[in-house]
Amino acid sequence: MGFAQPLARRLLVALAATAALSACAPLEPWVKPYERENLADPIMAFDRYPVSTAYLDHVFEAREGARGATGSAGGGCGCN
Amino acid sequence: MQLMNERRARLWLSAVGCLLSASAVGGVLPEDRADVLYHRYDGGGVVIDGPSLLVRKKFADKVSVAANYYVDMVSSASIDVVSTASPYKEERTQYSVTADYLRGKSTYSAGYISSSESDYEAKTWYAGVSQDMFGDLTTISFSFKRGNNDIFRNIGGGKDPTFKRASDQRSYAVGLTQVLTRSLIGTANFEVISDEGYLNSPYRSVRYFDPSSPNGYSYQGEVYPNTRTSNAASVKLSYFLPWRASLTGWYRFYTDSWGVNAHTGEFTYTHPMRDRWTFSGSLRYYRQDAADFYADLFPRRDYANFLARDKELSTFTALTFGLGASYDFRIARLPWVSKAQANVRYDFMTIDYDDFHDVRASALVPGTEPLYKLDANIYQLFLSIWF
Repeated sequence: MGFAQPLARRLLVALAATAALSACAPLEPWVKPYERENLADPIMAFDRYPVSTAYLDHVFEAREGARGATGSAGGGCGCN
Repeated sequence: MQLMNERRARLWLSAVGCLLSASAVGGVLPEDRADVLYHRYDGGGVVIDGPSLLVRKKFADKVSVAANYYVDMVSSASIDVVSTASPYKEERTQYSVTADYLRGKSTYSAGYISSSESDYEAKTWYAGVSQDMFGDLTTISFSFKRGNNDIFRNIGGGKDPTFKRASDQRSYAVGLTQVLTRSLIGTANFEVISDEGYLNSPYRSVRYFDPSSPNGYSYQGEVYPNTRTSNAASVKLSYFLPWRASLTGWYRFYTDSWGVNAHTGEFTYTHPMRDRWTFSGSLRYYRQDAADFYADLFPRRDYANFLARDKELSTFTALTFGLGASYDFRIARLPWVSKAQANVRYDFMTIDYDDFHDVRASALVPGTEPLYKLDANIYQLFLSIWF
């Protein structure tokens, strides 16, 4: 028991030090700007047709109980 | 008598999503564009159509301003209307304006929305911020929204001077957009919405067993709680396929203090062809459980403190199939237009209700009428230009 407690404490200190050091390392972007050709294609846009998306959200919200978290800040309304 | 069963008044906030979606992408202001849309919904005895006009313009690459004008022209003879009221016509007009300010990797947004119809006035303001980080692989966003609604009641073609109610809504939303690989991007959103005030319809009724009535049941006004709090969490992933097409999947879980739990799932496939054409197809699934105080037929009058027979609070499953096509072109006579696009989209929605009966059919025993089913055709025709 007397041995286990200091060992656990040392492990905790080692873990904390590792975490602290790794936090100092700069985070390297794993997808470089010049590698984003596919993501920049218009067919990848989350909201390619804003008026159409808003209208369909509108249609669904009127007929469903759920609301919100649609990805655009305008989602959700509690008025009846 | 008019009936607000289509919950049309709650629609205005989602319509403004087209203005505010820019805030989900920090660090880059959206392109200058204008869209004009004609929309038409036809289903369940209800026809709603009208225009939507959106214009967005940048100034000095620091500020982007957008304005939207939207109209719903409603002609309703829905099952709710024909059960307890008369068909009606109504018009709702919405104006909204928003501004995004870009500063470094941050985008600050603010907006105002106003919606007006004969028996419902709604005003909302919005503020949000988004921030790009980690080599622009990650965008986080926060937003707050507050709405104030005034509810009136129409009787005999005019406003009931004795009836005016109010409700207040607050929304808190956080979002995370993450580049995952060279061909995969994802976004997660969480939103809490709380309402307080008059949350039911002044027209809608619930039905209850009444042996003294010839058809075995009678109606009384619905009664809702004065508060409602909802939580919604969603995840969306979009993948670029090797043959230049995209596949997007979306899932949302929803739960609220009224006992409504819902799951929404959607897949969209987008496929460009011959440079100018883009086709898309989508399938959307929605399933919800009923609110705790919902019943198609209550055992007696004043059965509980809260009573609802709004089919949007019942148990049901909805499926929506969508097809869209867009065509890119240039307008030689308008050199300031860099690109133009014509779009057409059709959606078919079918809803099967598990505990909402069609009272237009007679039944020997109340509550044994056939279950209601709604099929709707949704059309959109719109033109977009970039300048």
